Amino acid sequence: MATAVEVHHTALTLRDHLPILQILIPFCTAPLIVFLGYRSLAWPMAFISSLLSLIIATMLLIQVSDGSYISYHLGGWAPPVGIEYRVDAANAFVLFLISATATVVLPFALSSVAHEIPCKNHALFYACFMLCVTGLMGVVITGDAFNVFVFLEISSLSTYVLVSQGSYRDKRALTAAYDYLIMGTIGATFFVIGIGLLYMTTGTLNMADMADRLVGQGGNRTVQAAFAFIVVGMGLKVAIYPLHLWLPSAYTYAPSAVTTFLAATATKAAIYVVLRFMFTVFQPDFVFDTHILVWIIGPLALLAMFAASLIAIFQTDFKRMLAYSSIAQIGYMMLGIAMFSVTGLTATMVHLFNHGITKAVLFMAVGALVLRAGSTFYDRIEGMGRAMPLTGAAIVIGGLSLIGVPGTAGFISKWMLVQAAFEGGYWWLALIIVASSLLAVLYVWRVVEVLYLHTPHPDATHTEAPLLMIVPMWIAALACLYFGLDTRFILDAASTAADGLMAGSAGMSEISSAAAAAADH
Amino acid sequence: MGFDQIPAAFYFFAAALAVPFIPKGWPRGALMLAIPILVAYNIWQMGFGTFATMPFMGFDLELMRVDSLSRVFTLIFCLAAFLGNLYAWHLKDTVQQVAALLYAGSAIGACLAGDLITLFFYWEGTALASVFLIWARGTQGAYNTGMRYLLIQIGSGVILIAGVVLFYRESGSIAFENMTLGSLGTWLIFLSFGIKAAFPLLHNWLQDSYPAATVTGTVILSAFTTKLAIYALARGFAGTEILIYIGAIMTLFPIFFAEIENDLRKVLAYSLNNQLGFMVVGVGIGSEMALNGTAAHAFVHILYKALLFMSVGAVLFRTGTSKASELGGLYRTMPITATFCLIGAASISAFPLFSGFIAKSLILSEAAYKHYDFIWLILVFASAGVLSHSGIKIPFFTFFAHDSGKRPAEAPAHMLLAMGITAALCIFIGVVPNALYSILPYAVDYEPYTIAHVVGQLQLLLFALLAFGILFRIGMHPPEVRATNLDTDWLYRKMAPSVVLTCARGVAIIWTYCADLTLSKLWKLTERLYRTHGPEGRMARVWPTGSMVLWLAVILAAALLVNFI
Repeated sequence: MATAVEVHHTALTLRDHLPILQILIPFCTAPLIVFLGYRSLAWPMAFISSLLSLIIATMLLIQVSDGSYISYHLGGWAPPVGIEYRVDAANAFVLFLISATATVVLPFALSSVAHEIPCKNHALFYACFMLCVTGLMGVVITGDAFNVFVFLEISSLSTYVLVSQGSYRDKRALTAAYDYLIMGTIGATFFVIGIGLLYMTTGTLNMADMADRLVGQGGNRTVQAAFAFIVVGMGLKVAIYPLHLWLPSAYTYAPSAVTTFLAATATKAAIYVVLRFMFTVFQPDFVFDTHILVWIIGPLALLAMFAASLIAIFQTDFKRMLAYSSIAQIGYMMLGIAMFSVTGLTATMVHLFNHGITKAVLFMAVGALVLRAGSTFYDRIEGMGRAMPLTGAAIVIGGLSLIGVPGTAGFISKWMLVQAAFEGGYWWLALIIVASSLLAVLYVWRVVEVLYLHTPHPDATHTEAPLLMIVPMWIAALACLYFGLDTRFILDAASTAADGLMAGSAGMSEISSAAAAAADH
Repeated sequence: MGFDQIPAAFYFFAAALAVPFIPKGWPRGALMLAIPILVAYNIWQMGFGTFATMPFMGFDLELMRVDSLSRVFTLIFCLAAFLGNLYAWHLKDTVQQVAALLYAGSAIGACLAGDLITLFFYWEGTALASVFLIWARGTQGAYNTGMRYLLIQIGSGVILIAGVVLFYRESGSIAFENMTLGSLGTWLIFLSFGIKAAFPLLHNWLQDSYPAATVTGTVILSAFTTKLAIYALARGFAGTEILIYIGAIMTLFPIFFAEIENDLRKVLAYSLNNQLGFMVVGVGIGSEMALNGTAAHAFVHILYKALLFMSVGAVLFRTGTSKASELGGLYRTMPITATFCLIGAASISAFPLFSGFIAKSLILSEAAYKHYDFIWLILVFASAGVLSHSGIKIPFFTFFAHDSGKRPAEAPAHMLLAMGITAALCIFIGVVPNALYSILPYAVDYEPYTIAHVVGQLQLLLFALLAFGILFRIGMHPPEVRATNLDTDWLYRKMAPSVVLTCARGVAIIWTYCADLTLSKLWKLTERLYRTHGPEGRMARVWPTGSMVLWLAVILAAALLVNFI
């Protein structure tokens, strides 16, 4: 099905090196910021680097949008011996999401970070931010299983630091970061145990090669154990329902810019890894045989949709409410996977993107509220919708998208999910999806009511947020509306990705044999 | 991409976006008047066909289907938007102006929708935009009413999309064409149209919300939502027989409420409901002639109903009340408004040479022609009722009757202008019926001004007038003041209410009991949920790190177990 663009070390044009540049640019920016050490230079460098990343990600996405993939051999070493970067529709899509979010969040971060983090830390903060971007994109782009773990650790370690930076506003950020560190490390350990088991069985770390050698090993207990370890380990990073406990505190106490970036990208990259391992490394047939989707992922997804939404309804802190709503929304994405069909996976991919931009709007609005009202507790942001009309309107748009009101991006994902449910014959599931959306109506309405129908708190500053916050917020808000009306780009990209995933590694074996042939010459 | 590729609704939306940035006063007012004219002209010279399609999730949405049925509704909506905006010229409230444009744009977009998904988008658009016209009043009551209104309107949209999904799964088509009632999908679509068309028992939102809106808001509200529903019924369910009976009931029951109601805007809301009944009957009959009648009636009805709401609104604007018991004798200082009100009243009562006459008779004669004799009788009776509650009660108790002592100034010039244009149109259509007949969906072969018809109608009207006169003279007409003699009208002023009250009390006791039971159950459930899911609850607490590891182990064990079995 797929035609491959092979890249050898002889390839010299810049275009052929895009996959490595995607990682290298933010990766090099981070130490550069630290070494130069100028506070005033840190932000521009970070911004330019993420802008370049976005351009590269867009170019990659265009290249693979026809269903083909790019295989880039690091240092000219052909896989399976060398490390391979592999870009196809599924991960180009996530790369685009990550780099776009970074580019949109950074202008917002400028004033938000200045408000929430002391000056002396700014350069280090942006360095960490770039490392986090690098790690997340590396996790997504690499075709090497162990490399995934390495990048995962890069992103996780920098995330822990970023979360702890919230301690200047609230000391609890430290315990939140510490908790996240412990739990995240355990999750990563599980993941690496899983990879170890796979290495034991197959003797390779290249994903495509691994997939080849796993064919026919469905009954192997080691492989089955590896699968369980990888899914559970990554499940913690995804924040699948009972493994979500690190998320609310981390999101609540992290600086607003960090929360925005993490909510829009971190869990999404983790979901991508789960998808990649489930459908490419292990084959769809294998996944189906293990029943893990029906017995574990599906029920937990449903649990998340309801339990987390109920918690969100009763919250008294806007930011924490959004954190719980994220857990519920992750439930939708897992549900799409659990339905095990192309439509279901399309719904997951679409929601991955749509929820990313929706939460970006809302968390940026949270940052603006922190700046002006000093807190995000409901009693402190009362009436702020009138004092900050643009921020308030953005919250309403984001909220509508969260509910899934037609005309917003959220509707498209819910619609696809319901379609998938119908397609699989689970009409009751469609009802459950709609019912859980009603819970979202409740928690969004509470915020709208607080923002618009109460008199403002006397201590709050009654001015609109600075332009640097408003513009990125509204870019994301308009994206919510735009992708709710013009669905061509998003649905095409997502369904190409889903097709590729459901096909398993069928297209991958031919590339690895071709690579082997090339190595023989 | 030519101008005809831009959906008509988008002009309104663009204007709504621009309005906040245009200085208040005449530049903004001019824009709000220019847009409806521009769109109406555009539609008029466009010709029939489907323009502006858009791909959406694998469907091809038809944003502009101009045919003879959608065109007449689009034109009258443009006209209504123009008149409503002119009437609201004095308004300085940006929210209301934006809402009015979005609302009119959505209604027009819905009329031109060639498929059910587009229809649904605009359907919800009308609900969302219009509620701000109610909320703009700013009182707690208006807020509550607005919430109830929004709930019902959004509910109608949700039912619509559910119906559309089911309909699509059954038929594989999302085209908005005539449907046959039968499957769950079509019934849901029918129900959602019925809610907006204020079918009996689904009608309460109308009388609840229209009188609660602002002076200018009610004029705008009265034009769009319900007539959009009539259009949707005419498009989707023409010839569905059950509509005839629904429509007949609709023409009847509001009459009684309108007779005893004191708030004149509420009286108008009831009479609006009754007028919708005529149109629903027309849709139910479903022949070319009947659909012509429905379209014509919707057209003239929007005009004269707007005129009546405008005149009562002008009174409310000047005196601060629209209660019959507090008004009266205003003709002394508001003679022009009074005249316009009388013209509106004559039109709604279908006096010959006024617009109501030439439209209503299309439906009536078609009902007779198709041998729905009983229905015809009901419609005739309802016509007399219309005369009584809208034709006489509104102008009489506002401008004549006993003198309230109020001496308000004449309505502002722009209101008079808006009313004047509307009144002129009412008379013009009445005198030159072919002007309206020529834009109806089907060719009209009907002459309203036959001797029999005119005489018959005049008989009906004059006897109704006579009856009113006599009843009023001998004090039997339900009076607009509370304290009156209670000898002869005791039967329906005292006994009927007491019977109703007793029943109502019984129902109320059972209802409260059930409601209390459910409420207390719900409350207990919420409390329990709060205990577990609330901020201090077990589910939402910050858990110790160890418990997380425990969960991890549990899930891993479960995953391994599932894998190995």
